[in-house]
Amino acid sequence: MTLPVQPTACSTGAPAPVRCAHCGLACPPGAPSEADHRFCCRGCQSVYSLLHQEGLGEFYSLSPDAGVRPGPDDPQQFAFLDQPEIRAQYADFCDGQRLRATLRVPAIHCLACVWLLENLFRLEPGFGASRVAFGRRELFIEIDLNRLSFSRAATRLAELGYPPEFRLADLEESNHSVRARIHRHEWLRLGVAGFAFGNTMLFSLAQYLGMEAGSTPGFRPLTGWLSLVLALPVVVYSAGDYWRASWLSIRQRRLAIEVPIAVGIVAIFLQSTWEVVSGHGPGYFDSLAGLLFFLLIGRAFSRVAWDRLSFERDYKSFFPLAVTRRSASGDTTVVIGQLDVGDRVVLRPGDLIPADGRLLSETTRIDYSFVTGEAEPVGQVRGDLLYAGGRQRYGIIEVAITKPVSQSYLTSLWDQAAFRKQRGERLDSLLNRYSPRFTAIILALAIGSALFWWPTDPARAVKAFVSVLIVACPCALALAAPFSLGTAQRMLARHRIFLRNPQVIEDLAGIDGVVLDKTGTLTQPNQGELVFQGEALSESERQALRAMAAHSSHPVAERVRAWLGTDGGPQEVRDFSEVPGAGIEGRIGSLELRLGSPAWFRDLGIVPPEAESSASALLAMDGKWRGAFHWGGELRPGVDALIRTLENRLPIWLLSGDRDREGSRWRTVFSPSTTLCFGQSPMEKLDKIRTLQCSGHRIMMVGDGLNDAGGLRQSTVGVAVVEAIGTFSPASDVILDARSLPMLSDVLTYSHRVMRVVRICLGISTAYNLVGLTIAARGELQPVVCAILMPLSSVTVVAAGCGLAAWSARKLQRNSIPVPSPT
Amino acid sequence: MIVLLVLIPLSFVIAVAFLGSFVWAVRTGQFEDTETPALRMLPHDGVGPSPETSPIHTLPVIQKL
Repeated sequence: MTLPVQPTACSTGAPAPVRCAHCGLACPPGAPSEADHRFCCRGCQSVYSLLHQEGLGEFYSLSPDAGVRPGPDDPQQFAFLDQPEIRAQYADFCDGQRLRATLRVPAIHCLACVWLLENLFRLEPGFGASRVAFGRRELFIEIDLNRLSFSRAATRLAELGYPPEFRLADLEESNHSVRARIHRHEWLRLGVAGFAFGNTMLFSLAQYLGMEAGSTPGFRPLTGWLSLVLALPVVVYSAGDYWRASWLSIRQRRLAIEVPIAVGIVAIFLQSTWEVVSGHGPGYFDSLAGLLFFLLIGRAFSRVAWDRLSFERDYKSFFPLAVTRRSASGDTTVVIGQLDVGDRVVLRPGDLIPADGRLLSETTRIDYSFVTGEAEPVGQVRGDLLYAGGRQRYGIIEVAITKPVSQSYLTSLWDQAAFRKQRGERLDSLLNRYSPRFTAIILALAIGSALFWWPTDPARAVKAFVSVLIVACPCALALAAPFSLGTAQRMLARHRIFLRNPQVIEDLAGIDGVVLDKTGTLTQPNQGELVFQGEALSESERQALRAMAAHSSHPVAERVRAWLGTDGGPQEVRDFSEVPGAGIEGRIGSLELRLGSPAWFRDLGIVPPEAESSASALLAMDGKWRGAFHWGGELRPGVDALIRTLENRLPIWLLSGDRDREGSRWRTVFSPSTTLCFGQSPMEKLDKIRTLQCSGHRIMMVGDGLNDAGGLRQSTVGVAVVEAIGTFSPASDVILDARSLPMLSDVLTYSHRVMRVVRICLGISTAYNLVGLTIAARGELQPVVCAILMPLSSVTVVAAGCGLAAWSARKLQRNSIPVPSPT
Repeated sequence: MIVLLVLIPLSFVIAVAFLGSFVWAVRTGQFEDTETPALRMLPHDGVGPSPETSPIHTLPVIQKL
């Protein structure tokens, strides 16, 4: 899978590296070039030439970081798409000739992507019209199946650097249309409320301005009845969510913020209807429609659809969709769900083991970092049991499935109660604590003022009772949090920190302990410095190794070549061969060289010292072990500073799935008082967090892979660190781009500030309520006062909430790396 | 001022027509994606398949049920 372009870290003092003309990444020495353009790899070069041949060179002028480095070429990757039943699942429409599908393409990131993907038909005749939905990172496409198969189309997209993502979960439920329907209803509710607000206000304005027309008989009843007609759809349709939510909260015997709003709506509507029908007055329909209009804007604002991010991914998202099943009649591609116990499946290097099974091939190495967090692959021999979720690292293997997919280790892990923690609305949020009190006070006030006036003036008592309910409608209260928190959510998103919903800010502000994962979270995979262990290489050996490594485009070979430094002149390499998943070998002059994985060396009988089995690559000369290349997980830039800041304000725990191999090194990064735990299984991580929570801590867990998924869910706030937004991440509250990790401490500070802003807004809203309630309790509320006071308080609260939340974010701006805007 | 009795219902009818067009716009999916059209207008030669070059653009729109 191709990751979107990431700026590569340059070592200090090195000359500025040559940038690839396609993807902008640094070109390694000896990279392909064409005319005066250099490329980082053959894939980039072929995309570049293809686009220029087809007259699509404008692609590069549309955006500074247009190109995406295409992933490794694997023609079989999408073969499963040609199976009619799978094709039917993913297609929106297919009649055997033509196919339309909506594909998820996470790599879409700029204007140039939109342009290229909508011009696909110029590249390949089989493509028909295509359209991009930028926000959702979706590509709607038509394919002429007579000229281009579905799998070929997907492969073509992958070759261009836009691999479509197909997920198992997509097969099970299609939530695309459900989401679209909810989306439409939100727009319609808002539209209806706005329409009614504008028109009733127009009618009322005439009356407020004194055009009360005794001169025009029938004017007042006409506008009154029209306002009533306009208000009906608002109450019935636009306010629908408030009725539902209040009914739910009454049944659960708690007072959510929706209850006083619903009571207010009922009070306004009944009072106004009575006034219009009996001819007593114009009613408060303008205030009613305005109230709902503002409330719905607030809701829409706070639920800005972060469609591009799914926060509810479960383990199935990590699983492949289809595997190759080997049977007597040959190899076929089957969907995971159709795997039966006893089936033999073929796995290539990099494939995930879909279900528990027994190894049929001689040897392999399985990387269980997804499940256990242990970064080092485990060697396995024939007959060993392999667990689902492991990643196959060596050779092509055959596995006999022993358990169906749904009963495997990962599934059982996820079926743990804690892994299924409900992440619904928080019950103890600031607003929900405030609203029962608010409702109680208002009811007391309404009854109190009614009782006060009843003995002297019963009509005034009724009016006071209703007026208090009307004017106290907590619209400002309901707007304060959505707008402040929603603004904060947007501000954080600019720094590539994405919140599941705005309420997460409140949880963040309450955090008093941080649990950190190590591998992949604090460290960068494969970014550490390359170290050679063994007797130093002579100059001729270095040159020979460089010449051989130049023949391979494998990342390990490229890095070894980069480590060896500048070119020392061409050397002839004879008998060169590359063993996929194992290594490369060749002969330079009289020297026979091998560079490859420890497992390969074991197979060849070149047994390295035990300590070197964790090395990334081994080197042998003339059949004898010569040395090992290591690179450790390097700390992400800025992480040590982050740890120091965090340690100053909160207790920290480090829970790592890794064994205590680098314990001493980590001791120097953390202060002595910090607890470091190694060798933690996912379940142990979860238990540790639960124990901390039982002792009263509110824990933020920062982690990556699936092995942290349980912890991320159990914690009060789970932060998933991802290399590229849009790639897989476990279910969490916050998705954080790895480059923004150093800002974590600032994010906590910011969340405290935003909560202060919310309290200020609540104060403003209370002040308005005091004024309105004073007038209402005296039974002197005029529609015009209501019509002015209610929008005014809403607007002030919204302005204060957005303004202050945005202003508080200025410190974030200073501390962060510049981030290009999403478009 | 008796003319108001005619003008107000008239304005009401016009407003309802606008509401109707809004409902139509939402229902035909014009609010589905509010980001991409803003990007699409930026390139010089415009984005999106042109009718002459797209071979199968004339497919009838069939919604998946």
